[in-house]
Amino acid sequence: MKELKINAIREGTVIDHIPHNMTFKVVDILGITDTNNIVSIATNLYSKKMRKKGLVKIGSRFLTKEEVDKIALVAPNASVNIIKNFEVTEKIKVNIPQILNNIIKCSNPRCITNNDKVSTLFHSTSSSPLKVRCHYCERCMGKEDVELL
Amino acid sequence: MEFKSKDIISIRDFSKEDLLYILDISKKFEKDYDSNLLNGHILATLFFEPSTRTRLSFSSAMSRLGGKVIGFDNPASTSVSKGESLLDTIKIVEGYSDIIVMRHPIDGAARFAAETAKIPIINAGDGVNQHPTQTLLDLYTIQKSFGKLENLNIGFVGDLKYGRTVHSLAHALSHFKAKMYFISPPQLKMPKDDLEQLDKEKIKYTEGKDLSKVANKLDILYMTRIQKERFPDPIEYQKLKGCYRIDKTFLENTKKGLKVMHPLPRVDELCSSCDGTEKAIYFEQAHNGVTVRMALLSLLLKKIKNERT
Ligand SMILES: [Zn+2]
Repeated sequence: MKELKINAIREGTVIDHIPHNMTFKVVDILGITDTNNIVSIATNLYSKKMRKKGLVKIGSRFLTKEEVDKIALVAPNASVNIIKNFEVTEKIKVNIPQILNNIIKCSNPRCITNNDKVSTLFHSTSSSPLKVRCHYCERCMGKEDVELL
Repeated sequence: MEFKSKDIISIRDFSKEDLLYILDISKKFEKDYDSNLLNGHILATLFFEPSTRTRLSFSSAMSRLGGKVIGFDNPASTSVSKGESLLDTIKIVEGYSDIIVMRHPIDGAARFAAETAKIPIINAGDGVNQHPTQTLLDLYTIQKSFGKLENLNIGFVGDLKYGRTVHSLAHALSHFKAKMYFISPPQLKMPKDDLEQLDKEKIKYTEGKDLSKVANKLDILYMTRIQKERFPDPIEYQKLKGCYRIDKTFLENTKKGLKVMHPLPRVDELCSSCDGTEKAIYFEQAHNGVTVRMALLSLLLKKIKNERT
């Protein structure tokens, strides 16, 4: 089966290989529902490896490291393609960063980051399955506890 | 080589070598010490949550070495109760003292304070997270009683879910290939995260609720109190509070070399009839706290010539 084509973009970013149920999570992370950039969203696309996948294209927009790190948390196998002049100029394989600086919330209500003006900081201890440890309260969180800031 | 840590925040920050080094220095302080070593230095004890024993232990350690102690243990009487932020308190007190010992009800408060403060911070308990000097004095007590830390069989009994002393000591002993027996009611089992770490370190352990089944295998019986304040439901607490009770008769039927430890205070899990027996080392354990804290204060204030190579 041939992959569904969405309009090619001149400049911007294509995020591919998103787990199909995380497509809109990625849209949320990028906060692209209220910008003027052209955004194409496709989900439930056929993928040999993933069976069903999602894909997001954003015109005239390049991602910050923080955004890429956030995507890694919800779509650990995603690829981020940078498009310039209709060509893929760079392909970034997302990675769970060793240190997550102010990206996710600590699930421990008694943690200092939930009680004082302290930005969150996590150390990832395993990437699959995802495990992170709060730098402050030392609580370990798995994928199910991860809540993006 | 210098003792690298500026602060003592979490037992996770210390390698096996660090731990052994601290115990070594502590041993020297037990034999002999210079009662003017910390002369001219001021320790501030900031107890945002009361803990008389721990505070007195640090005060005693500082005083024995000729230092002075200032501080509070009743935040209701300070500007903290007027809503002063932790950050402000630390920034002010670091101008008044050379080293800070703090206890705080919020998890992670000590790490945050240490990142802000220019002077050393010792964590004397941050919520349910860490209380590293307790772990160090526990290790010191074990080493002193057994002449070693390696390959011991230790049974942890009571509240293993909320008991931070248990989590930290289990973590520390995993450097020394201990075999661990976790004995608790099913509601108060060791957290999954801590067990996974032991798995990673290839530490052998068992879990169960019946102490009598394993008592004879133990070198160390580490008792803990079931803490009332951890239970939202008082009925649940009532159900569990008396579930383990060690007395002299129980101890008479255990292995000869067994030693009983307890971080104290105790409630009814450890009967006073045990006190005089040679198996009871919990008071000695508390006394060792002063020695270990003398070593830590001196190390952080750079008063120890480092002989580490
Ligand atoms: Zn936390």
